[in-house]
Amino acid sequence: MEIRIDNLTKKFGDVVGVEDLTLHIDDGEFVAFLGPSGCGKTTTLLTLAGIYKPTDGLIRFGDRVVNTVQPKDRNIGMVFQSYALYPHMTIFQNIAYPLKLKKTPKNVQNEQVRQVANVMGIGELLDRRPGQLSGGQQQRVALGRALVKEPDVLLFDEPLSNLDARLRLTMRGEIKHLQKNLGITSIYVTHDQVEAMTMADRIAVMNRGHLQAFDAPDELYDRPKTRFVAGFVGNPPMNFLDVEVSPSNGHFLAQADSIQLPLGAERGAPPAGHGGPVVMGIRPEDIQIVDEGDVTGEIFVVEPLGREDLIDARVGPHGFILLADTEKQHRAGERVSLKFDMTQAQFFDPQTERSLLWRQ
Amino acid sequence: MSEPNRKPKSSAALLQSRRNALRSYLGAYGFMAPAGVLVLIFFLIPVAIVLYLSVTNLASSNFTSDLAKMEFIGLKNYRTLFNDQFARKIFFNTIFYVLVTLSLFNVSLALIVSLLTTHIDRSAGFVFRALWILPRITSPVVYILIWKRMAAEAPFGILNQFNELLGNPTYNYVATNPWVFVVVVNGFIGVSFGMIIFTSAIESIPKDLLNASLVDGSSRMQRIRYVILPLIRWPLLFVVTYQTLSLLTSFVEIQLLTDGGPGLYRTEVWSLTAFHRALSNYFGNAQWGYGSAFAVLLVMIGVVLAVIYMRVFRFDELVAEPRVEAL
Ligand SMILES: Nc1ncnc2c1ncn2[C@@H]1O[C@H](COP(=O)(O)OP(=O)(O)O)[C@@H](O)[C@H]1O
Ligand SMILES: [Mg+2]
Repeated sequence: MEIRIDNLTKKFGDVVGVEDLTLHIDDGEFVAFLGPSGCGKTTTLLTLAGIYKPTDGLIRFGDRVVNTVQPKDRNIGMVFQSYALYPHMTIFQNIAYPLKLKKTPKNVQNEQVRQVANVMGIGELLDRRPGQLSGGQQQRVALGRALVKEPDVLLFDEPLSNLDARLRLTMRGEIKHLQKNLGITSIYVTHDQVEAMTMADRIAVMNRGHLQAFDAPDELYDRPKTRFVAGFVGNPPMNFLDVEVSPSNGHFLAQADSIQLPLGAERGAPPAGHGGPVVMGIRPEDIQIVDEGDVTGEIFVVEPLGREDLIDARVGPHGFILLADTEKQHRAGERVSLKFDMTQAQFFDPQTERSLLWRQ
Repeated sequence: MSEPNRKPKSSAALLQSRRNALRSYLGAYGFMAPAGVLVLIFFLIPVAIVLYLSVTNLASSNFTSDLAKMEFIGLKNYRTLFNDQFARKIFFNTIFYVLVTLSLFNVSLALIVSLLTTHIDRSAGFVFRALWILPRITSPVVYILIWKRMAAEAPFGILNQFNELLGNPTYNYVATNPWVFVVVVNGFIGVSFGMIIFTSAIESIPKDLLNASLVDGSSRMQRIRYVILPLIRWPLLFVVTYQTLSLLTSFVEIQLLTDGGPGLYRTEVWSLTAFHRALSNYFGNAQWGYGSAFAVLLVMIGVVLAVIYMRVFRFDELVAEPRVEAL
């Protein structure tokens, strides 16, 4: 089912849930809504589900405008962060509930519930109640309940946030696998960018009720169109630095106090043409500790992450986060030389926060 | 504490553990003491006094406040009561009054008001519920006066003034339909209790659960039937139990409205009879002993009903397992 959202606004009195959202989702696509808490992800999802009526704008499922269609007539499945299983029903009754409401014959219900339960690996739990299940099992039941009605659209609202890290990893793979197999158009709300990056075909990044970007994960990562997206996508986050970019004998130079970084024309010309100060962004993995680098600084803090060390290095008043091999055994206070891979640098307008390299 | 090689406890250790047990025992009773004292003073002692009065023939003619001087007559009052030709009628009046008021108003209407006011705009719901609390917080005398004014005979009654304006015949409403008025007047008061309990129970159902039901394909009515009602089962049973007992013992409104009439015992209920016999006999002779016999039977009926309700509705399960957590 293709979903087209045009200029969607949802307000609660004066509070803006989401504003002027336009988003076209292809049939069978897996889209993630990514953004910090309170940015309007759940509001958008519940509006799509028909729980909230849009204040303004149009929502279309296929060719049908669904703005005023009741939730029960939308054929959607939804998975909630809290699992939202009915505590007074057995697992069987929970999964069978959508079928019962559709007046599916009892024997067909029985068959379909068992089939879905087996796919979700909860076949043995059907007689229990939700309270007797672990979080992971409950989430499988919730997923089963959403799938059993063979929905046109699947909506996920932070379904893995209440699970422990290990289980989250397993479930992530399973949900993605299921979605690809079944080909159901899915929207997956999360504030965890790793989930969004690993699962989604495209990610809609939201902030304060507004859509910031809607792109494939690697696009968002390599060509962020706003400073917010650049800073939100990627872990550890991108480093930002106020610089002035100017031409310098055939090349370009990004300057901030004592820091001078040479730039090629491809990345240097647009910010130089912009005139005045700009915001430079550089990801931690694009800064290396070398013997002969661009600038010298001092290590302020070393945070061991296991596989690598997260290093906070200071160059004058400017701090940079970067990653280093643990075997190098860097220590706080050590003086180091840093090399910036300026072919990966990003530049943003300090006022509009839009990218100077990638136009929308 | 389990030790790997268990030795018999020394006598000092034994004494110590006994002391600990005693301390926790005293602690538990200490916490129960304030409630226990209240139950003792306001329930057990009055019951004992009434029980004693019910086996005496204390009346205005032989009044004494000295318990020792009262004349013991055994179960004579109870024998009189069971042979009283009106006791049977009053008994069934009571059952009728409690059952009808409870089922129509204290439970059903309370549930309907709760469901309606939780399905509309929050502040509008709040206003409607506040209106339904008015009968409860109005003093019974004022409240009954309002009803009497409404229903009074022509030319005083407000309803009858409308009838006259419209050229309709006038009625003596309370006299012609006393039970309707007794039930409605008490029912309007009874709605608020269930309404408050049901509303808070409905509002404590997690939003996700309610949304999930709609997304799963239920209409709002189906959601009430399959999700909301099962989830407020315990509050429902509690209201049924509590309100049965409270209706059994309530009589002030009936006393003010019909005083058990019109005619002989048309709307007289058991608790009102206890009052009439003991404190306001038609014949000017207050029969405290005989009235107490009525009161004692009422207490016994109440206790038996409470036990039956607790068994049938399995309230022990409610106490044993934190149901609320599962919500
Ligand atoms: N039912 C509601 N009534 C009033 N304000 C709401 C309601 N739901 C959400 N909001 C507000 O809308 C904004 C977006 O909330 P939400 O969509 O829940 O964010 P997210 O799911 O991204 O964390 C927040 O400011 C929130 O306070
Ligand atoms: Mg949310």
